[in-house]
Amino acid sequence: MSTVELDVQQSPGAPRGAAQAAPRGHRLRLGDPIFRGLATACGLALAAAMFGLTAVLVYNAWPAITGLGTSVLTTVAWSPVDHEYGALAALAGTFLSTVVAMVIAVPLALVIALLLVDLVHPSVARVVGTAIEMLAAIPSIIFGMVGIFVIVPFIQDKLVPWLLTTPLANVPGIKPGPQFQGGGVSIFTAGVVLAFMVLPFITAVSRDVLKMVPQVTKEAGYGMGSTTWEVMHKISMRYANSGIVGAVFIGLGRALGETMAVAFLIGSLFTALPRSLFDPGTSIASLIALTFSEATEKIQVSALIELGLILFLITVVFQILAQVWLRRVQRATGGRA
Amino acid sequence: MVGTTVDDPTQMQSQATVIPPRLEVAEDRRGAGEDFAALPTEIAVRDLDFFYGKEQALFANTIDIKKNRVTAVIGPSGCGKSTHIRAYNRIFNLYRDQKAKGEILFDGANVLSSQTDLLDLRRRIGMIFQKPSPFPMTVFDNVAYGLRQHYRLNRSDLSNRVEDALKRSAIWDEVKHKLNDPGNALSGGQQQRLCIARAIAAEPDVLLMDEPCSAIDPVGTAKIEELILALKSKYTIVLVTHNMQQAARVSDYTAFFFQGRIVEFGPTTKIFSNPAEKQTEEYITGRFG
Amino acid sequence: MSTATDLHSAPPRRRSVTRRKATDLVVKVLAWIGAWFGIAVMAFIVYEVVRRGAGALNVAFFTQPTPQDVTSDTGGFANAIVGTLAITGVAALIAIPMGFLGGVYLAEFGRNGRMATAVRMIANVVMGVPSIIVGVFAFAILVKPLQHYSGFAGSAALAFIMLPVMARTTEDILNLVPNEIRESGLAMGAARWKVTLGVICKAARGGLITGATLAIVRVAGETAPLLFTALSSPYWMTGLFGPGGFFGGPVANLTKTIYDFSGSPYPHWQELAWGGALVIIIAVLGMNILVRLLFQRGKQW
Repeated sequence: MSTVELDVQQSPGAPRGAAQAAPRGHRLRLGDPIFRGLATACGLALAAAMFGLTAVLVYNAWPAITGLGTSVLTTVAWSPVDHEYGALAALAGTFLSTVVAMVIAVPLALVIALLLVDLVHPSVARVVGTAIEMLAAIPSIIFGMVGIFVIVPFIQDKLVPWLLTTPLANVPGIKPGPQFQGGGVSIFTAGVVLAFMVLPFITAVSRDVLKMVPQVTKEAGYGMGSTTWEVMHKISMRYANSGIVGAVFIGLGRALGETMAVAFLIGSLFTALPRSLFDPGTSIASLIALTFSEATEKIQVSALIELGLILFLITVVFQILAQVWLRRVQRATGGRA
Repeated sequence: MVGTTVDDPTQMQSQATVIPPRLEVAEDRRGAGEDFAALPTEIAVRDLDFFYGKEQALFANTIDIKKNRVTAVIGPSGCGKSTHIRAYNRIFNLYRDQKAKGEILFDGANVLSSQTDLLDLRRRIGMIFQKPSPFPMTVFDNVAYGLRQHYRLNRSDLSNRVEDALKRSAIWDEVKHKLNDPGNALSGGQQQRLCIARAIAAEPDVLLMDEPCSAIDPVGTAKIEELILALKSKYTIVLVTHNMQQAARVSDYTAFFFQGRIVEFGPTTKIFSNPAEKQTEEYITGRFG
Repeated sequence: MSTATDLHSAPPRRRSVTRRKATDLVVKVLAWIGAWFGIAVMAFIVYEVVRRGAGALNVAFFTQPTPQDVTSDTGGFANAIVGTLAITGVAALIAIPMGFLGGVYLAEFGRNGRMATAVRMIANVVMGVPSIIVGVFAFAILVKPLQHYSGFAGSAALAFIMLPVMARTTEDILNLVPNEIRESGLAMGAARWKVTLGVICKAARGGLITGATLAIVRVAGETAPLLFTALSSPYWMTGLFGPGGFFGGPVANLTKTIYDFSGSPYPHWQELAWGGALVIIIAVLGMNILVRLLFQRGKQW
């Protein structure tokens, strides 16, 4: 008895509840598998969501896929009234507005990214970067509203009339087509506003990738007597090549799927291919947005969902391409010594 | 016979209690027998101070770098060796908070003045960095970089000069079939010799080498050291190194830096066999590293 | 064969240094103009919304439901605001915990395994799916079979969008926690789940809150997913079930109402729409700035 007391005096030993710790151990061992199982389930739910989405879209589009066949992709006009379900006009509008957006956004984004990485003090870069990030946070509908109340009148009343007085007015693609309605609500306007919606994403990714260029390599460039621009485009951009391509794909994906702003600004010309950038048109996303609620016939709903499926597949392809290109950058920089 | 081997320089510093043998310096080292004052000076540094923000890193550095000689800059880590030579080509200008005061006279003009044309300065003073840094392009384009940038050359002229630079860098035979491979497909030592070829292709007068072999294996190091000895006849070389045996093997003159000051400067043979300053002797013999 | 003396006896022609410097300068100027232009656009948008919407924000705006009479001057967006809060709230309730756990899976359990890599890539792809397609999806599974719109369908669509965002953000934040902390926790003999939730998440708390807030705020501004799910309604939400309830019928929400009202030809309705837009901008930008200020450890520019 006394030895035990001595022991207790010499060292605290196990705390009083030690005897109860043993059964607790059993419960502990359950907690982990449950936690791990839950987490894994949620992870798999992500994958399941994707497949679920694809399956539901295909299922609902099936009547149109089988009923309309390839006519969806070969017919121009979308005119449910005439039982015509052609997506070409929408595809053309999607494509054209995206091209306009990318032509404006990509050079602008690159030059801003270069500025943020190489030309300014880090604290200035932080402020400018945050401001551009805020642009990404502005919801699409607000771009649409400002677009339609401010940009559209500007283009319609000032820009297009001026443009028509210049020799550019005869360039095919700019010259107004038969559907011309003043040029305010047009592919061009939608493209311009889209450009500022995708700009922040391309800038952010490009900036991240350009930052990965090792400082030594840049110093070696300057050491050879290169100007800042020469180092940027001969060395930095070449190094960050894949990443920049990835960034562009990300921007592309976003521009293709953008709905609300485009719906406000591109017009609702579903029945003909645009002949000019200043003609109104439509895009797949805005076509769905504008006509889905009023779709009455089953085949129309199904055809709209088929359009959605097409858009979905296009954006998935671009997303995957973006992932592939961005992964190349990681491998290239990670693999280097 | 030198007591320590080429590939184990650290042993030198760790054997502080054992009296290490004197470093053997090859007999054909110039510097010992010549008239220093009579030699043409490539770069004359007068009272160079250097600041990282508010902290001063270099104090009143004064030194003459002689034409067509190899000047080694040695000293413990953080003593300012790299900082010093980075002032010569003003590469420090990339960083806003780094400033230099004083005079660095090159070709009659003060390099530190705001009138200096940095592009031309860097054409004439080339730099090799510690980490081999080939550009993300082919071997050929790497060497041609400086040529294309500073000169107008036709195709064959360009090719000839690239080949010449690669030959003079003792790497031609190894890469002549790989001219269109990416620069970073070469081994570390080859990459560094590629960087040297890149630098000399642009016809500089001076080569600044900032610990060029510290990231290279011993075989590659030996090749680069041979190269330095061969290049000396055409270029002025300033070599920063933490490897004292390398300085002893390769240089004509040596400057010993400590805490931002030049403690001693003189012919390599003298510095390594009979230094004037106690600090120099302590460093050479490995009392501190 | 060229010899050294041949090449170096006649120095080659030099390229113009002034030309090179001029190009450099032009690019630098363009870069600055570009950056300022980008910022100016952002400032301009905010300015316009404030200018046009400030007048609409009075007490009535926040207390009265949407007007149905086109001639009256009254009415507000109160029901729409409440609706958005409800729809977004329910979406967050679903997506934040699930997304968080999914992120935990990616960062702590799956890591670089094949399954986790696949999940990660799929999550990235899902993040790029246009929100209108998500709306169509929610329509197909929650509206069509039940034959009525519902606020819940809207929540489901928003939750679908939030899920991968939350998961990837969680993963990124958790990956920033140094391994030493993980190992110290486990070395004490604590269970994995305790270490993860108690220790690691505490360390990453700021980032996680930032991520969750930004995810919520991002979907709060979405319109497209609600177009065919929650639709909109001119009335207050009346409870949970029944034609006016959250699960039973269309629910008024801010974004769709703004969309409808801005497209109308009535100036008063348009003004209300701008007011709604201002509310959204304040909420979205305000939360963004607030969260960055409070938890600056997020992205470093």
